[in-house]
Amino acid sequence: MKTEDFSIQSHATSEPVSSSAEVIDNPWRKLRRFTDARIGLGRTGVSLPTHEMLGFQLAHAQAKDAVHLPLDVSQLHSKLHALQTFNGTPPFLLQSRALDRFTYLQRPDMGRRLEAASKNQLVTYSESGKKEYDLAIAVVDGLSSKAVQQNVEPFMKTFLKNLAEDPALNDLKLAPFSIVQQGRVAIGDEIGELLKAEMVVVLIGERPGLSSPDSLGLYLTWHPKVGRHDAERNCISNIRPAGLSYEEASRKALYLIRESRRLKLSGVNLKDRSHEKTISRDSNEKNFLIE
Amino acid sequence: MNSKYQYSLGGYHYRFKDLGDLLAKATPARSGDRLAGVIAESAVERAAAQMTLAELPLKTFLNEAVVPYETDEVTRLIMDDHDAEAFSEISHLTVGDFRNWLLSDKATPEVLERIRAGITPEMAAATSKIMRNQDLIMVAKKCQITTAFRDTIGLPNRLATRLQPNHPTDDVNGIAASILDGLLYGNGDAVIGINPATDNVSQAIKLMKLMDEVIQTYQIPTQSCVLTHVTNTIEAIELGAPVDLVFQSIGGTEATNTSFGFNLNTLAEAREAALSLNRGTVGNNVMYFETGQGSSLSADAHHGIDQQTCEARAYAVARKFSPLLVNTVVGFIGPEYLFDGKEITRAGLEDHFCGKLLGLPMGCDVCYTNHAEADQNDMDNLLTLLGVAGCSFVMGIPGSDDIMLNYQTTSFHDALYVRRVLGLKPAPEFEKWLADMAVFKDTEQFVLPDEMPASFAHSLKSLPGESA
Repeated sequence: MKTEDFSIQSHATSEPVSSSAEVIDNPWRKLRRFTDARIGLGRTGVSLPTHEMLGFQLAHAQAKDAVHLPLDVSQLHSKLHALQTFNGTPPFLLQSRALDRFTYLQRPDMGRRLEAASKNQLVTYSESGKKEYDLAIAVVDGLSSKAVQQNVEPFMKTFLKNLAEDPALNDLKLAPFSIVQQGRVAIGDEIGELLKAEMVVVLIGERPGLSSPDSLGLYLTWHPKVGRHDAERNCISNIRPAGLSYEEASRKALYLIRESRRLKLSGVNLKDRSHEKTISRDSNEKNFLIE
Repeated sequence: MNSKYQYSLGGYHYRFKDLGDLLAKATPARSGDRLAGVIAESAVERAAAQMTLAELPLKTFLNEAVVPYETDEVTRLIMDDHDAEAFSEISHLTVGDFRNWLLSDKATPEVLERIRAGITPEMAAATSKIMRNQDLIMVAKKCQITTAFRDTIGLPNRLATRLQPNHPTDDVNGIAASILDGLLYGNGDAVIGINPATDNVSQAIKLMKLMDEVIQTYQIPTQSCVLTHVTNTIEAIELGAPVDLVFQSIGGTEATNTSFGFNLNTLAEAREAALSLNRGTVGNNVMYFETGQGSSLSADAHHGIDQQTCEARAYAVARKFSPLLVNTVVGFIGPEYLFDGKEITRAGLEDHFCGKLLGLPMGCDVCYTNHAEADQNDMDNLLTLLGVAGCSFVMGIPGSDDIMLNYQTTSFHDALYVRRVLGLKPAPEFEKWLADMAVFKDTEQFVLPDEMPASFAHSLKSLPGESA
């Protein structure tokens, strides 16, 4: 995990950092206060200066690691267990049919289904008593274990606190957490179905970007069952400290859960109007290139 | 199984259940065909399929549809628009003979143009499957496709770039900053094209106005495009927005396009609307299409056909509407369709070849995602190969990092690299503008000035939120 100790200084700062005589700096680099895009990199000839080229390689290495580093399941398990929800029932540890990363990356169909032992675990639990739930929460490694490792616990703390304070939702019956390795979003359908949950929320590591290797996604599905289409889900994206805050993401998630219960559906017919701001059709925002 | 598609090789007898199966099994290996379950079961089966395919008469593709004519409007488009007269010159050839013919000295740029309307996407795809990378490059380079709007795309020894100034919240100053960066590195002659973060009509109009003002203020001989859904653009035109190019992602089956929310009539309507604005100065190609292998499988709309054949069929859709630009976004879809640098490279060259052979102004988003087994070196290789092949345009973004779409594509610097090593100039109208604005100090050697050009320097003088 050493790479996490580095920060990409040259990307973060608006000051050029050239040190050699051949490098031509770009004065418009100061426009970086308007964007995280890698503008004003400067050049040697027409090529990237050494420090920019290496800075990019580091960012790519971090994104690759986010994809390939396995989720630290035991750490996550104890953290989620410590949240002391569900009368102390520990989280389920589950595995998809894609048993390794190589298979996972090439076979999304296998990442959407539970392997036999994991399925049995949920069946056995479900049959051990008359259990039905309003909401199941599945935590899935997805394409960035880093996103899950860093964001799930703090997000869940915020979410559970807000849930308890929501008069419309504080009687919600929650199933124990599931933690899934090598999973895709749709694996939540099978989990929700087996746990007899009315809704499932999947928290999953999103496809990592060069500048955002730690984005967590949240997907809500009403009446989860194997075979649901993506159009039947609602998504909240980019949950991370530098993106959508835990508080804001939690607020949106609770809005979707309330609406989903009210309308008895999820997906394209459940519009997120929790923050609607209208842009006037004749809006004409000026930018610095025009006067 | 009684099939005419069979081959005996080394004591084994290989049978292919139909034309679609034969095409799939003859395709160089890639993860998407494995995922779809249509891939050859062994390397030898693939070779046998390629040998069977080589013996197949081109006429076969006019008599057998890989996706049913009755239920698929793309098949109907391909069959109904086929030009028998143009085909007559090659109608006697097998797929294998056609490869020989394409590579021969007989197939000059003029001859290739003459027969173009006689080639179906399936013929192009089939032939590409028995071509090596160098063959794909050799023939593509002979296909000259020129289109125009405010500048001219596709002239020999020229390469254009799409300036892609995406921003995760569509911030106007953030977008303007990336546009400025791109222009000052000599990019943007194919189009200035934004993928909006928020996809609705009012947001699209805001971005259209932004780009229109920049283009007018600096008198840039280029065009703009907001990559929003075609129906949004039609609505924007009705609301009086300054639309240069209409964008749409397209696929090679009707079901794929249905999943994208449009049909051929929608595209015809959009094209008419854009033409009515009459905004082009040197031409009126008003459409910008994007494609990519795997989109049909991803939409569960591939009819058991391999992803490269589906992709080639999308080019029949494109060619119907005389686009300014067609962009195969080759590595964007992810490793479940194209696993690594080798598969991405092959697919990029196939798409470029098939598009050019069918008469399209083919460009390529040379790109990869962070979960694919690929890196900048793979992109350098494909960019160089496409430059050699005469690719019409590539993407240009700041430092290869798209902070909105979360993938890596070619940078402003990369375009200058390929210009210098291969002597590829920008579109002529844009080249003149670069010289007039002193963005290039030397347009022959692609030399940039050490100081910021005066024509742009003033824009940094009074930045919002900065005290004077």
